[in-house]
Amino acid sequence: MELKDFKQRNISPGYIFFEGEKAPETGWQAFQKVVKRTLKGELFVGLWIVFREMIRFDIHTIQYPAQKMEMSPRYRAIHRLLRLFESGSERCIGCGLCEKICISNCIRMDTHIDEKSRKVVSEYSINFGRCIFCGYCAEVCPELAIVHGVEYENASEQRAHFGLKADMLTPLDTFRANEQKEFPGFGALSDNADEAVKQTPLAY
Amino acid sequence: MSDVLITIDGKQYTATEGEYVLGVARRNDIFIPALCYVTNCSPTLACRLCLVDIDGKRAYSCNARAKEGMNVITKTEEIEKERRAIMEIYDINHPLECGVCDQSGECELQNYTLHMGVDSQHHCIADTHRPTKQWGKIHYDASLCIVCERCVTVCKDMIGESALKTVPRGGAELDKTWKDKTEKDAYAMWNKLQKSIIGIASGAETLDCTQCGECTAVCPVGALVGSDFQYTSNAWELKKIPAANPHSSDCSLLYYDVKHTSTSNPEPKIYRVNSDHNYAPLHAAARYGFDFQNEVTCKDETAFARVVELLQTNVDTIVFDSYITNEEALILQKLKEKFGFKLVNEDAKAYQNFLKHFASTAGSNLYSGDLKSVSESNFVVSFGTAIKTDSPNAGYAMNNAIGMNKGAGLYFHPVADPIVSAYSKNLLSITHKIGAEEAIAYLLLDLFGDKETMPKSVVDYLTSFHTIEKKTIQESVKEDIKEMVKDEESGEEKEVVKTITKMVDKEIEVDTNALIELIGAEADLVEKITKLLDKKDSFSLIAGEDLFNHPRAENIAKLLGLIERFTAFKLLIIPSRTNTLGVSLICDLDDAKGNFSLGYNVKGDFTLSALGKGDLDMPALNQQEGTFTSMNKRVVPTNAALPFKGYCLNDIANAVGLEAEWTIDYTPYLPSEKGFKAEKFDHLPNRFENDGTENRGYALELQTFTCKDEVEPISSFTCKEGDVVYRANPVHQFSAFTNKAHQLSEAGALYASTAFLEAKSLHDGAVVTVENEAGAKLVIAVKEEKMIDGLIAYLPTFDTKIDTAPFFKEGYRFAHVVIKGVEHV
Repeated sequence: MELKDFKQRNISPGYIFFEGEKAPETGWQAFQKVVKRTLKGELFVGLWIVFREMIRFDIHTIQYPAQKMEMSPRYRAIHRLLRLFESGSERCIGCGLCEKICISNCIRMDTHIDEKSRKVVSEYSINFGRCIFCGYCAEVCPELAIVHGVEYENASEQRAHFGLKADMLTPLDTFRANEQKEFPGFGALSDNADEAVKQTPLAY
Repeated sequence: MSDVLITIDGKQYTATEGEYVLGVARRNDIFIPALCYVTNCSPTLACRLCLVDIDGKRAYSCNARAKEGMNVITKTEEIEKERRAIMEIYDINHPLECGVCDQSGECELQNYTLHMGVDSQHHCIADTHRPTKQWGKIHYDASLCIVCERCVTVCKDMIGESALKTVPRGGAELDKTWKDKTEKDAYAMWNKLQKSIIGIASGAETLDCTQCGECTAVCPVGALVGSDFQYTSNAWELKKIPAANPHSSDCSLLYYDVKHTSTSNPEPKIYRVNSDHNYAPLHAAARYGFDFQNEVTCKDETAFARVVELLQTNVDTIVFDSYITNEEALILQKLKEKFGFKLVNEDAKAYQNFLKHFASTAGSNLYSGDLKSVSESNFVVSFGTAIKTDSPNAGYAMNNAIGMNKGAGLYFHPVADPIVSAYSKNLLSITHKIGAEEAIAYLLLDLFGDKETMPKSVVDYLTSFHTIEKKTIQESVKEDIKEMVKDEESGEEKEVVKTITKMVDKEIEVDTNALIELIGAEADLVEKITKLLDKKDSFSLIAGEDLFNHPRAENIAKLLGLIERFTAFKLLIIPSRTNTLGVSLICDLDDAKGNFSLGYNVKGDFTLSALGKGDLDMPALNQQEGTFTSMNKRVVPTNAALPFKGYCLNDIANAVGLEAEWTIDYTPYLPSEKGFKAEKFDHLPNRFENDGTENRGYALELQTFTCKDEVEPISSFTCKEGDVVYRANPVHQFSAFTNKAHQLSEAGALYASTAFLEAKSLHDGAVVTVENEAGAKLVIAVKEEKMIDGLIAYLPTFDTKIDTAPFFKEGYRFAHVVIKGVEHV
C-alpha cells in the first residue's frame, strides 16, 4: 500500500450518504429557518419520551449502589493475582514478562530466593495512575497468574490502595471458600489449547 | 607466522597462518554459532555448532587452523540441519523454567534454540536427578547445565586454577537405535553430554579456589550464577553501565547492572557486575565488590563551608591515596599550583620515584609491556609481586600465556604460592630470600641480557659472579667390544660384537653463578631455566609492588631499565593501586607533610572520605565519572552507576576559585607533556572490538630520551633470624572499599599458612601478638590461609580496624616482627 491508497476514501456501495441540510443562501431563507426551528416544538419530543417511559414503569436503569452491573469476563478492570487450585500457593513465578511487556511501564516486582531455594515474589505492584488497562500483562502471563478482575469501583483515598500484592492476591479465606474462579477472559487458554500443542516425547 | 588468504563465504580475508578459522570469521563480523568456545582459551569441541565446510569437508571452525587458499563455507543446508539437530538435543530434558531462570533473556541456549528454529522435539531419554550445589559465592544448578565445559576451560586456560572438571553424570545409556535416527554430530554430542556433568576437581564439597567467579561469567545458561544475584532480577530489567574496575590497576572493563532498589524505593541499586568474558577476565573483587558506594542523604553545608574555609586558611598539605580518578588528581595538582599545598601520596610517590629511576636507564618514561603483551608472550617472569593477590589479572595473563602459547615462566617470590605454582608444570616457582630482588634483577640481566651491547661495567660485574671450576665426574660410556665366540656344536669360531658400559672419568667445566646462592635458590636453577627456555621467542617480565619501597628501589629500577633495553623482555611494572600510575604522572608529589593536612580517603586533620568515615562525605568510585590510567598505559573511562547527593572534589575546587562545571571537564586538560591527549571525556570509547582489540579510552604516548647506564652493585643484605610478616591482602580484598562491599566484607586477621601454624603450634582462630623492635604491638587473630605456603605470614591493609602501618614504617612490604601466641585463661 502506498500513501495514495490511504488517501482514497471511496467507500463501497451500501452506505447512505447524508449531505446535510442545505445552508441558507438568502436572508429570507435564513429567516425561514429560524422561525421553523423555533416553532417546531422539538423540545417536547424529549419530554414526551421521558413521560412515556415513566408511566410505563418499565425501567432500564440500574439502582446503583443497591444494584450492581454484572461485567463481562472480557472487561478489563483492576488486576487480580490468582492462586493455584491444587495447593493454594501463589501462581506468580516472578518471570517478569508482565513487567517487560507493560507499555506504560507501571508494573514492578521484587523477587528473591527463599529458604527452599525457590524464586518468590515478595512484592508486586501496579501503578494505577499509569496503567491504561490494555490487558497485555494478563495476555503474556504464562501461569494465568495475573488477570483482569471485574471490580470497577475504584474510589479510595489513594490509587496505591489497589496496586499492591496484598490487594490483588486472592485472600486465603476467599480461596478456601472456593470462591476463586478460573478466569475465562483476556489471556486465558482457548478451549482447544490441548489440540494446538505439539507434544514432546517422554522416555517414561 | 605468515599472513595467508582464506575465503569465507566467497569473500577473501587475510589471516595469520595457524589462526583458528572461527577467530578470523569473528574478526570480520561473520557469524558462526558456537556454544563452547571461549576466546583466548583452547577449543573443547563440546558443542560442535561451529561446524563448517572447509574445502568440501566437514570441520570445526574453532579448532581448524587457517591455511593458504582455504575455502570455508559457514552455512549449507546440511550444516544447518546438523546445527538444528544439535540444539534439539541440548533441549532434551532442559527444564522449562525460563520464567524463573536468571539467564533468561541473555541465555545462549534460548538464543540458539530460536535461531536454529527448534520448534519440536523428536528425542527423549530418561532424566537423571542432578541436585543443585551451593559453592560459596557461586551457585551451580546441574539440571540447567549443558556441559559445554566453558567453565572448565576458562578456569584452566585463563584463571589457572583448574578447580572444575567434568565428572560422570550417571545418566541413562543412550539407546543405540537413536544413532540411525539422529544426525552424526548431534548424536556424538549427545553421547558425550549424557555421560558428564561439572564437578569440583579436588573432589571437595565446595569450591576451594579463589572464587573469582569467571565461570559464572562464561556460563551460557543459568547453571552457574552468582549466589547473591540469584533470583533477584531479570536480565532485561538491568541497565548496563560501562565502567572500569575501581579496585586494582588492571582497570578492566566491567558493567554495573543497575535497577531500582525495590517496588517502594526507586533509587538505583547495583545488582551485579558483568563483563565481556571473551575479551578480559575479571577478578573476584571487581566482580563481587560493587556496592561500596557512599550513601548520603543531603549536602552537608556546614562541613563543606568548613573545608572551604580551612583550604583558604590552615591547610598546607593534602594527603590522599590513589583510589581517585585522573581528573581528581588534576584538580589536586591545580590546587597545589594555585595555593602551594603539598601533595602527599605515599604509594604514588614511591611508584613515581621508581618510574623516574627506571626511565633514567630505560630511555623511555614508561615500561613497554601490557597485559596483552604478557598473554601473547611465551616466557613470562614475575618478580617482586605476590601476583595472585596484588594483580590477579596479571596472573591470569601469565597463566594464559604459559598455557596457550606452549610457554613457560618463572615466579620469584619469598612467599610460596601453591595457586601460582599450579598454573603449569612449566612454571618454576623460586622461593627466594627476602631482600634478594636486586640480585634477581642482576640474574635476569645475566641470563637474558645481550652481553655485546650491554655497558661493559655491567658485563664485567656480572662476570665477577661466575666461577668456572674444573670438576671431574664419572660418566658412563658405551663401548663396542669384539669377541671371538666358539660355537660349541659346530666348533666354528664367530666374531660377535658386544656393547658394554664403562665408567670413565671426565673433566668438565662447571659454571657456578654466585647470584644463585645469593638469592637463595637451588643450585640447578640455571639448568632448569635453560630447559624451560627451549623454543621460546617472546618474553615478558612482570614487576610489582615489593620493589617500589625496597631499600634498594632506586637501583632495582635502574636495573629494570637495563633489562628493558638489553633483553628481549617486555616489561610490565604493576601500579600498586587503581590509579597509582595516573596520580604519579599528573601530580607533583611531596615527601613530607606540613602542619595541617586535608586528607582525601586518608586520615588527615580534616578528612574527606568516600568510605563515609570522615568529616565530609565524598562520592565513591562507582558514583563518579572520570578516567583511570590502567597498567596497560591506557586512559580508560568509568561512569557513575549510582547518584551521589553530597559534594564532590570539583565543588570544593570551584568554591576556592577553580572553574569547571563537572569533574570531567578536566579530562582534555590532563598533562599532554606526560602523554595524555586532549580528548573530551564524552568522546572516549569504552568497549572491545569483535577482534578483541581493547578500544577503551586512549593509550598514553610514550616519551623517549637519552639514557644513562649507571647502576650500583648489589648492596649486601642479611636475613635476620625471626618472624617476618608481609604486607598483603587476602585474595578478595584490595582496600577498605572492597571490604565495604557486602559480599566481601570480612574481619582482617594475620593470614598464615598451615606450615606456619604447625611450626608455631597455633590453630586457626588463635590470637597472637605481633610486635616489632620499635615497640609497635598488635593483638590479632590468626587465620589459616591455604593459598600460601612457607613461614611468612601476611598482614592485610583492607581492614580499617587493624592498624598495620606501624610495622611497615619504611614502606617495604616485609617486616621483622615477633609473633607470640596469647594464652587463653
